[in-house]
Amino acid sequence: MASLSSSVMTQARPQRREAWLKWVGIIPFAIFSVMFLILPTLYIVFGAFQTQAGAFTLQNIRDLNTDLIRAAYAISIKISLASALIGCVVGFAISAAVVFGGLPKWVRGPIMTFSGVASNFAGVPLAFAFIATLGPVGIVTVLLRDYGINLRVLGFNLLTYYGLVIVYLFFEIPLMILIITPALDGMKKEWREAASMLGANTRQYWQYVALPILFPSLLGTFALLFANAFGAVATAYALAGPAFTLVPITLFSQIRGDVLGNPQLGFALAFGMIVITGIANVIYIVLRTRAERWMQ
Amino acid sequence: MTRRLVSWIILVLGATYFILPLFGMFNFSLKMKRGVLSFEAYRVVLNDPQFQQTFGYSVILALLTIVLGVLIVVPTAYWVRLRLPGVRPYVEFITLLPLVIPPIVIVFGYIRLYNTSSILPLTGSWMGTNILILFGYAALALPYMYRAVDTGLRTIDVATLTEAAQSLGAGWTRILATVILPNVLVSVLSGAFLTFAIVIGEYVYAALLNLNTFGPYMVWMGGNRAYEPSALAVIAFGITWACMGLINLFTRFSKHTKAQK
Repeated sequence: MASLSSSVMTQARPQRREAWLKWVGIIPFAIFSVMFLILPTLYIVFGAFQTQAGAFTLQNIRDLNTDLIRAAYAISIKISLASALIGCVVGFAISAAVVFGGLPKWVRGPIMTFSGVASNFAGVPLAFAFIATLGPVGIVTVLLRDYGINLRVLGFNLLTYYGLVIVYLFFEIPLMILIITPALDGMKKEWREAASMLGANTRQYWQYVALPILFPSLLGTFALLFANAFGAVATAYALAGPAFTLVPITLFSQIRGDVLGNPQLGFALAFGMIVITGIANVIYIVLRTRAERWMQ
Repeated sequence: MTRRLVSWIILVLGATYFILPLFGMFNFSLKMKRGVLSFEAYRVVLNDPQFQQTFGYSVILALLTIVLGVLIVVPTAYWVRLRLPGVRPYVEFITLLPLVIPPIVIVFGYIRLYNTSSILPLTGSWMGTNILILFGYAALALPYMYRAVDTGLRTIDVATLTEAAQSLGAGWTRILATVILPNVLVSVLSGAFLTFAIVIGEYVYAALLNLNTFGPYMVWMGGNRAYEPSALAVIAFGITWACMGLINLFTRFSKHTKAQK
């Protein structure tokens, strides 16, 4: 890396008139990212603080404080937290089983490939798969009913908090496996040996050595999984339609037909989403940088 | 011994959770004819003109998105590595934005920014809307495409290759098309297949921009039919699986060719 940049430097110096030319190369990318990523986002952010006539206001943000919108944020955050937490724990358990569990080597390849597929198998088809499994006439529902367990009577429904968490785990767990397995691979054997030389048992090794090292990775991935679930629209929409009032679904209905009866409120709702996923991702980025220190 | 047992238990429980819905959708998709298992739902779906139309549309959109993505990402990643190593963190940050900002927020921005009363009224015409969604999908695929291409560029000596090509009289287009691109083709292809998997079933952009692609078609079927949605889900899963399988295949293939030298 260093040798590359120094060779570029020595090469560029004699041709001073080319100094500005080197910026020309990223102009297409700059225009593209401004037009299709940065400007649209800024438009939403500014719109959240403007009246319809364009004057500055905080009223839109204040207007978010209604029962409907508060409930939407609450259920969205609850579902995202739960699916991120369970996704982290289960994904970690599977990764640990693969890396340290003494399983035959061949299980690893299929698990990693499957994780790649499943983490991308979100959206509409995923909803259909779960309807065919846990829906009113789904295979598990029918099977359990034959054994006298009626999920409906027990209060289980895919279109509830628990139902949606179970569905979201289908892409959250694989994402965790994909991210955390390299981190577990990076755990050096010497650390464990050093710990046991000093008399640590397995529990102490995990508690005082392994988990503190992995902690930034774990928390960072948790934040990523949270953001991933929080922004998901298609899966929930295909399951329940506009009836299930998560924040992204409320925003979806608002964009389609101003269901909140106030166009500016849509901006504020979207701005709230940016703030929440933004915080989650800042946590992820900061912690990943910290985690990488140990992985060299 | 106990550790291995616990590992197997975890693995079996995990596998059960993941296999059940896949089995459920496959099983359900075969039940259209009462009393027997048949591929009737697939036959109905595949013969539905709406399916052929929307699916074909999404395939074309996906392929065009890949072309657009390659045209944007390869020159940029190449140029940043060659001449502007200092701006690499900033470019990388921008490419990650689609993972930070929820897609529904970005498309909301498009609708407001490029509506019929703006300077660039892309949503006003059918052609404009298609151009908008292509660029939108290219932005959506940016994190995957950029990372794939950048990783590919890391394994080759960009500066030396460029100087060699230049001393033989090649211009920038020629360097990119005949020297750089073939060298990172495997990376470009992995980015391309991932892009394909993302675009083919995408729902939110298409629905909000009122385009009849495969995603909105699937949602419509979900609300109006019983067995066909499962058949569609199996097809979509098959496509995702094929894309990932091809990525693995190409990556393994490239490792073999690298090992030879």
